[in-house]
Amino acid sequence: MLARLRKPLRKPSVIPGFGLTLGFTVAYLSVLVLIPFAALGLKASGVGWSGFLDIVTDARVQAAFRVSFGCAFLAACINAVFGLLVTWVLVRYSFPGKRIIDALVDLPFALPTAVAGIALTTLYAQNGPIGGLVEPLGWRIAYTPLGITIALVFIGLPFVVRTVQPVLQDLEKEVEEASASLGANRWQTFSKVVLPTLFPPLLTGFALAFARAVGEYGSVVFISGNMPMKTEIVPLLIIGRLEQYDYAGATAIAVLMLLASFLLLFLVNMLQSWSQSRTRA
Amino acid sequence: MKHTLLTLTALILGGAFAQGTLLNVSYDPTREMYVEFNEAFNAYWQGQGNEAVTVQQSHGGSGSQARAVIDGLEADVVTLALAGDVDEIASQGLISEDWQTRLPNNSAPYTSTIVFLVRTGNPEGIQDWDDLIKEGVEVITPNPKTSGGARWNFLAAWNYALEQNGGDEAAAQEFVTQLYQNVPVLDSGARGSTTTFVERGIGDVLLAWENEAFLAVNELGEGEFEIVVPPTSILAEPPVAVVDANVDDNGTREVAEAYLDFLYTEEGQDIAARNYYRPRLESVAAQYAGQFPEVNLFTIDDAFGGWAEAQPKFFDDGGVFDQIYVPQ
Amino acid sequence: MITTTTATTQRPATGTLPQATAEPVWVRVLLTTVALFFLALFLAAPLYIVFSQALSDGFALYLAALTNPDALAAVRLTLLVALIVVPLNLAFGVAAAWAITKFEFLGKGVLLTLIDLPFAVSPVIAGLIFVLLFGAQGVLGPWLDEMDIKIIFAVPGIVLATLFITFPFVARELIPLMQEQGTEEEEAARVLGAGGWATFWRVTLPNIRWGLLYGLILCNARAMGEFGAVSVVSGKIRGLTNTMPLHVEILYNEYNLAAAFAVASLLTLLALVTLVIKSVVEWQGERQRAAALEMRAEEA
Repeated sequence: MLARLRKPLRKPSVIPGFGLTLGFTVAYLSVLVLIPFAALGLKASGVGWSGFLDIVTDARVQAAFRVSFGCAFLAACINAVFGLLVTWVLVRYSFPGKRIIDALVDLPFALPTAVAGIALTTLYAQNGPIGGLVEPLGWRIAYTPLGITIALVFIGLPFVVRTVQPVLQDLEKEVEEASASLGANRWQTFSKVVLPTLFPPLLTGFALAFARAVGEYGSVVFISGNMPMKTEIVPLLIIGRLEQYDYAGATAIAVLMLLASFLLLFLVNMLQSWSQSRTRA
Repeated sequence: MKHTLLTLTALILGGAFAQGTLLNVSYDPTREMYVEFNEAFNAYWQGQGNEAVTVQQSHGGSGSQARAVIDGLEADVVTLALAGDVDEIASQGLISEDWQTRLPNNSAPYTSTIVFLVRTGNPEGIQDWDDLIKEGVEVITPNPKTSGGARWNFLAAWNYALEQNGGDEAAAQEFVTQLYQNVPVLDSGARGSTTTFVERGIGDVLLAWENEAFLAVNELGEGEFEIVVPPTSILAEPPVAVVDANVDDNGTREVAEAYLDFLYTEEGQDIAARNYYRPRLESVAAQYAGQFPEVNLFTIDDAFGGWAEAQPKFFDDGGVFDQIYVPQ
Repeated sequence: MITTTTATTQRPATGTLPQATAEPVWVRVLLTTVALFFLALFLAAPLYIVFSQALSDGFALYLAALTNPDALAAVRLTLLVALIVVPLNLAFGVAAAWAITKFEFLGKGVLLTLIDLPFAVSPVIAGLIFVLLFGAQGVLGPWLDEMDIKIIFAVPGIVLATLFITFPFVARELIPLMQEQGTEEEEAARVLGAGGWATFWRVTLPNIRWGLLYGLILCNARAMGEFGAVSVVSGKIRGLTNTMPLHVEILYNEYNLAAAFAVASLLTLLALVTLVIKSVVEWQGERQRAAALEMRAEEA
């Protein structure tokens, strides 16, 4: 019945299960996302419009947004490049210990974020094994935006690798062979045939790594140093508000952050379906 | 199989606490102390002809623990870092408003203070609060916005400056501004700061609770650090209270009150002192006099009019602490 | 699609153009070296820290940290939560990917973005929203209290928070894959008279099984490792509502570094076990595929 009602809103298809799958999806999302976020919005509305504006225009809040979004963007870019490289190497080449290294990629998911933060700080602090190497050059990694970026690269990497990997695995070598037999050299085949196919999952991986990085708290607080205006991240401001029992203020910042992320993800999804329809055509 | 299923169901539905249990919701550094204390209390409680009681413990940041109780964590007693956090629970009607007068000594059975932890030999020659604002001295303290302990640090420094300058608040503001300019890393919690100072080797001096400083000296790096006690500091009074609404629901009022009372007995005070908290009871204090040097201590009530005054003025958004980091 | 089918059936002579379908050796070596260096810097080094710290006090103490009753209770709870969360999210992921990739309908972009949302929400906020909903001061708090149902600071709250954090994984893994594959095969199956379930089991599932497996593994790893959201809703009662990541943090906050890293290393090992399972399944799959190819070749 439901499926019939929706019919004018979708293209007809011979494939069944539209009502069932979409119904289940929407019901699941309602319980886990829509209802809880309505509660969040309700709480955030407690600060009122002027209170909201005060928060948005505050210099500290703006600086924190710059740090959070800037570092997250940089980290996602690094992950997109190196994640693609890692995936390529893992899928296409063989070398000793490949399986183990493949397994290692999921480490950032399995390691509690606090442990990751502590381990990374141990490594990249001035007296750590890696931080100590660059210290004589006058470089500081931990307690600078660079340190934050490193933590965010760590937590975001599996998003890129694991989204690109299944698609690359399913990419049939025959297509490349066809391209080669038509006279394309290796680079042309890669950039004209392989990359366009990998682009949608890569974009997804980038967006997911970025979005995850923006909200990350547990690992970043250890390595960031939390200096206001310099290395203070948005989630820390939220925790600060909660500490003073200001639920409305905390949720207001959260909603702001959410809107920004939502907008970004929406754009990426649009871009993706656009590139999808282009490669199809 | 049946058994595992039953356990699973019990686990899933296990929200309701079984009889004979007591939940103590506390802050981070008290865990070791309460493990010891719970055992002693159980022996005492059973000695009074009662059934054994399982004391469950929950530890975390003082503020977030108070929020958990407000949001429905069924604590029978709270043993937190700041009276302000207990006040907040009381303001939600879970604890009677007069909680602080129900037990002796402002309902704080043990106290602590803020001291300086320096590297062995005290290379920067740090003796008093003045020395913290010297050029080139790096001070480690957590962020007062997220750490209860850091608020004690801040207020101790503020009050020192205020007294030095005859009550001039502008001068005090200048002092704390200079102090925080010497802080290279603001960790989110007290234990994070200790790690930064001890493990990462950053900073010349760590502002710490006395009990935490003792722990660092005795357990983290013997011979690497020493404690410097400033001539004046703040009297930190970690409060305890029975959560009235919950004990009445659970029928645990009697045991909960006995539990807190036991903190004031000689045995309870001795356990606190062994865990580096300053005991209130004269007899126990005398016994541990060698461990705790004399300090000229001021209380938050005398110097600031209590947490209800201090929190909004100094630490809420736009307060004194935020002024330090207003961009020039 | 047609080109691929022809390619599969009439394999061009692969041996003739090796340099055109594979990179020169020096490129391979360079790419592999860069990738390995990157992974060493970002993954292997932290892993080394975890294990070296875990074993810093000796193996006996390492074992003692793991067999401590509170640690065991945390392991049990973490496994229980994963056991509930992963199947639920599997069902959701398949349903969502099916609806999104097999049909064109209005509001798809919004739906996709909603699925991504948990990645964008700070874990602390994720926990907070459930507190705002089910907590004593929350919207449903008074009603829950009346019915004597405990959600927050009990297992249901931990399950909910974990569900929220991990539900996109399976869906997100399947969507690009199923998009890539299009709908032709399913449509063909339908035209040939296959029922809905048969189409899914016989046509779709074999095509998406690797993506599905990756999704499950990621979902499982994240479900076991989630810290931020769970810490807000757990209440942190030792032996009762402490999951492994929370236990790690508590041990760390007790300056018990070796024990903290010991439990963390156990979490890492749990993740590695799932990956070993994945490798075995993959290997089996490859063998089956190879056998099938051989059969086909013989028939031809």
